[in-house]
Amino acid sequence: MTVESSTRLPAAPKRDPDDLRDYLPGVEPERQVTDWGRSERVEGALDATVSEFLYRYWFRVDVEGVENVPADGGALLVSNHAGALPPDAAMIAKAIKEEHARPRPVHLTMEHFFKGYPLFSMLLPKVGGVPAHPANVHRLLYDEEQLVLAFPEGRKGTEKLYKDRYRLRRFGRGGFVESAMRARRPIVPIAVVGAEEAAPIFAHLTFLQRLTGLLYVPLTPTFPHGGILGMFGYLPAKLRIRFLDPIPTTQWGDEPWKDRALIQTVAEEIRALIQEELYGMLAKRRSIWFG
Amino acid sequence: MTSRRILVTGLSTYWGGRVAQALERERDVEAIVGVDAHDPTVELERTEYVRVGHQHALLRRIVRAAEIDTVVDTRLVVDSTTTSTRLAHENNVIGTMNIVAACSGPESPVRKFVFKSSGHWYGCEQDDPAYFTEEMDRPHPPRTPIEKDIVEAERAVHAFADATPRASVTVLRFVNGLGPTLGTAHTRLFALPAVPAVFGFDPRYQFVHEDDIVGCLEFAVRRDLPGIYNCGGDGVLVLSEVVDLLGKQFAPVLPPWGTGIAAGLAGRVGVRIPPEMLRQLRFGRGLDNRRLKAAGYAYRYTTREAVQAHAEALRLRPLLRGGDEPYRYEREVEEFLRRSPTVRMRPEPRWEHAEGDLDAYDDLDAAALVDLLPSLPRADLEALGRHEATNARRPEVLAAIGRNLARTRPLSGRDQESS
Repeated sequence: MTVESSTRLPAAPKRDPDDLRDYLPGVEPERQVTDWGRSERVEGALDATVSEFLYRYWFRVDVEGVENVPADGGALLVSNHAGALPPDAAMIAKAIKEEHARPRPVHLTMEHFFKGYPLFSMLLPKVGGVPAHPANVHRLLYDEEQLVLAFPEGRKGTEKLYKDRYRLRRFGRGGFVESAMRARRPIVPIAVVGAEEAAPIFAHLTFLQRLTGLLYVPLTPTFPHGGILGMFGYLPAKLRIRFLDPIPTTQWGDEPWKDRALIQTVAEEIRALIQEELYGMLAKRRSIWFG
Repeated sequence: MTSRRILVTGLSTYWGGRVAQALERERDVEAIVGVDAHDPTVELERTEYVRVGHQHALLRRIVRAAEIDTVVDTRLVVDSTTTSTRLAHENNVIGTMNIVAACSGPESPVRKFVFKSSGHWYGCEQDDPAYFTEEMDRPHPPRTPIEKDIVEAERAVHAFADATPRASVTVLRFVNGLGPTLGTAHTRLFALPAVPAVFGFDPRYQFVHEDDIVGCLEFAVRRDLPGIYNCGGDGVLVLSEVVDLLGKQFAPVLPPWGTGIAAGLAGRVGVRIPPEMLRQLRFGRGLDNRRLKAAGYAYRYTTREAVQAHAEALRLRPLLRGGDEPYRYEREVEEFLRRSPTVRMRPEPRWEHAEGDLDAYDDLDAAALVDLLPSLPRADLEALGRHEATNARRPEVLAAIGRNLARTRPLSGRDQESS
């Protein structure tokens, strides 16, 4: 097996004998819900109303480098994550839908917590949420050749207070790098500016958190005194999404996922890449509200 | 290995009976012995029924005496509403232990063991993957009694497989079954005018049609499939979609907190929701069925089609009620029909693979078909010869059929074609 040359996108992965991709279930066109529980109807309704409004008029999203998202084949999108109820995931998905030459649905990895909490469990899969299990990511990336969006910072990113804005947290244990390596699919880093100011967190209300069993209960400009809807009380910050050059994961030989040190190094490099990009974007930003 | 002498456990269960019926139509099968604690519930032509206790303690003698080469174990209880916890445990754990013991030992004639297990083996948790594959372990220890039983029963089967390399052991893990004749906790729930669900949850559900359950078991008997295989239709639906297809009302009435207590209250008014189902109603489950498909099994129903077939059956049920007399097993009658010299009209065995499903051979290319011919029994060769002569008429295929027929020509003079 030769090591991949430095082409921008990896060549077709070699077929191994127990490749079961040919046996994936067929698409039943009468269905409006996918096998992952994604509902065309719910997603479409949300996209045409809330997402559309936020994307065009509220956040006035600026998108750069959307062509870095491959037009076909699986790819793992990796972004920084912030805000009390982070608007970044929906806006990245919307940006690909609006700006990309060949728009595709984005599957958003979410914490297992949401699968166990009523209403979240029902609604998030309908709009493209998938529990962040390595097997799920592998199936989506490798077998089904889909776009998967991951936030390696996870909760640590969304929990961080306004004073710590744009300082990326640890990138988990590098699980996202391992998944992309195993699936032999590229990683597309994304830098998002604006989400921190759109939904700032000033403090955490640990008492309410314990009472409700939620992941966290933040104090934001509109929550909790604005009720449940206060969670959606975004400030109209200008959002800027920049897709960076894809990083092929086939460049490290045959089974790079066995090398824990390599995984950690790559994860750290991607984190540094996004962090640098964020500083660059922030240095050029003249106004939080007008970009 | 071709199975000739087969023992089916759980003959009185729906699956056991149907599998025995299907195997009766196999020409190569010499003998079928069915064991169970209860009488069979379907009509059987040549299967011999032996009543045994719940623990299957005396099975060893039957296996030895009848020189059983294949055991199909369909007896596992996977639905805790069908029997008491104690009886289920007796049947699932002690029963499996005894059946496995009956097949073990250096002088045991058993060469194949097909075990019907359940997707409950994987459990149902918040941090489950969307699709379980066969290599995955249970992420958490079992929580409900029935899951504990299933895990323990499978452990006995795996130990048997490890200790008995000469036998090919197949474990089939089925998702929830659905079909007109199947009675499970889920089918009873789906028969209600409004299907209760847990508020705020819309779990992913995968189903397998009852015909596919029998099909998978039969496939495992006919082929050598050592290892674990998931069995479930293609596609995973969400519960609201299932309820919609059934034409029922989706009723998220169970509270997300204190669901167990609410389910207990529902049980008082006749809606039984067992604990393993409660977990499914919350978290759902999907199984990756691709391994069995890669082995060659073609499902007849997707999950959606299974639900649709079930919906049709539900609509017909009130019209058919009391229509047919249910089958009742009478030992004396069965014995008389099978053994008495007075009986002159014995039923003709209904062999499978009759003419008519030969059209598929027309699509095969000639070389592939010629390669296939030596594996066909004589009767099938003759049928295929007639079919080819009237339809595709490929000369090389006709010649090859002639050659193979000549090779397998019986020596007796009774055969008309030998003149």
